Amino acid sequence: MEKTIVDRSLLNSIDEIIERYNCDKHNLLTILQESQGLIPEHYIPEVVAKHIGIRLNMPISKVYDVITFFSALNDRPKGKHVIQLCKSSVCRLNKYQSLRDILERELLIKMGETTEDGSFTLEYSACFGACDVSPAFRIDDKVYGNLTEGKIIEIINDYRGISHG
Amino acid sequence: MDRTVSIISKNFKKYNIESIDEYLSLGGFKALEKAFDLGPKGIINELNASGLRGRGGAAYPTGKKWEQASRVPGHRKVIICNADEGEPATFKDRYLLQYDPYKVIEGMIIAAITFNANEGYIYIREEYKYLHDKFRRAIQLSKEKGFLGENILNNGFNFDITVFSGAGAYVCGESTALIESMEGKSGRPRLKLNRTSEKGLYQLPTLANNVETLAAVTSILYTGGEEYGKYGTPSSRGTKLISLCGNVNRPGAYEVPFGVTLREIVYDIGGGIKEGKALKFLQLGGASGAIVPPSLLDLKYCYEELGNKGIDIGSGAVLVADETNRVVDFLKSVQDFFLHESCGKCTPCREGNRQITKILNRFVTGEGSVEDLKTIERFSNVMKYASFCGLGKTAPTALLSAIEHFPIEFYQQIHRVRKTS
Repeated sequence: MEKTIVDRSLLNSIDEIIERYNCDKHNLLTILQESQGLIPEHYIPEVVAKHIGIRLNMPISKVYDVITFFSALNDRPKGKHVIQLCKSSVCRLNKYQSLRDILERELLIKMGETTEDGSFTLEYSACFGACDVSPAFRIDDKVYGNLTEGKIIEIINDYRGISHG
Repeated sequence: MDRTVSIISKNFKKYNIESIDEYLSLGGFKALEKAFDLGPKGIINELNASGLRGRGGAAYPTGKKWEQASRVPGHRKVIICNADEGEPATFKDRYLLQYDPYKVIEGMIIAAITFNANEGYIYIREEYKYLHDKFRRAIQLSKEKGFLGENILNNGFNFDITVFSGAGAYVCGESTALIESMEGKSGRPRLKLNRTSEKGLYQLPTLANNVETLAAVTSILYTGGEEYGKYGTPSSRGTKLISLCGNVNRPGAYEVPFGVTLREIVYDIGGGIKEGKALKFLQLGGASGAIVPPSLLDLKYCYEELGNKGIDIGSGAVLVADETNRVVDFLKSVQDFFLHESCGKCTPCREGNRQITKILNRFVTGEGSVEDLKTIERFSNVMKYASFCGLGKTAPTALLSAIEHFPIEFYQQIHRVRKTS
């Protein structure tokens, strides 16, 4: 998968975020989340982590303590769209495995992998509170529940930009 | 008979949250006006009269908590609304944020009046990112109407709310871990030398409450503490939002008065088990809650009757599992969750979860032993008593209750009897 090339304009945008939060290290979590939001591969490259550490005057180990602690922050690149399949107790009772099989077959990848073209990453997630429509997955920030095979294929095709009229 | 009620959930799906006027037409912000008239003492009296207890899981009487907090001196104080609803099988706070955000905002302002705080934060979990901007919009609209900001309703009181996004850590539902993460650190719980109400966020006096508790406060001031306290049982008063899910026909968030039976919840409200199957067990209160066998279905859903059986109401999750599920498989999914979410700060939780997962895997594959069963029980008890925070203390609850109620399921998975040394 392609890594993000960190250029000056990206660092400038991150500097803007840091300044919006008064270069205050207490706002590290928010700064990291907003910075990651600028990067299409949904991760924080090492250069960026170091840059933030320097700007906030804190050791890079502390920055990485936070990045690696939280599930929503990544230190490795992901696909353009991240599909997170819930495998919590509720979705287990409602057989999330059936969704997994369909997703793996449709995307030709296994859980934890990214498609060759870098458009999708498939991974497990903890409960994201969609138990009333379980089994469920979320793609980026959007939650999908009450799923059937046809619906899943339709959703994936939508993200692929393929029309199915 | 459907035993659901609508007090806290009164406005669900009744109005468009983009329009604060619609909320006002449903009696919105009337509780706030009343709160200004009552003042801190009057508010606390109403809460005491209502019998409200914290709905996040700890069930501490809210009136008492606020009374103690209101005595803490300080110029700069903080209100936190804990919307880091990470407990698996729980989604009732999401309903509140999604369908009645102003009620939560109103509750936060009432808390601020009581605590004399001018800063408020709502910590919404990252998984509800699609609600962050909607909630920000609700804050903005409230501000435009003069319910937030400076000189609220010409009472000379200032209060504002900021949305803070969680980042996907279950342990941050624990209030000190939540505060740590808000201070730019990894979310590991603090050693509680002081109450959060004395030294919380940035060491400032901080009053933190669950979303449902704050929404209930609004409802209580609106309907009156006595009136709200008429629902429920004499010692578990009021109503509770439950998250009903699993192999049940009508999953969803419902409001019930305390005292309904578990059977009524599953069969009347939930419409029974999917495909007409038989019930295997319930899990109450989320992944950290106890497993309840069908023989206890006639228990009343209230703090004391469940408490006597060692069951907590917890977050209000009611997870239904049908007869096709093996208890050990279910426990494995619970255990995988805790292994992933343990923050690693204390040894009992970090290592306990790791070892229990290993041993439980042997039961799943049918390679368990009698010693294994004794070991997981012993480790579970160590975790229960020696863990640093609630996560480790409650992580083995499901396992221990399953061993108590479904021992046969474990014995069936025992491969051979190993010799003890």
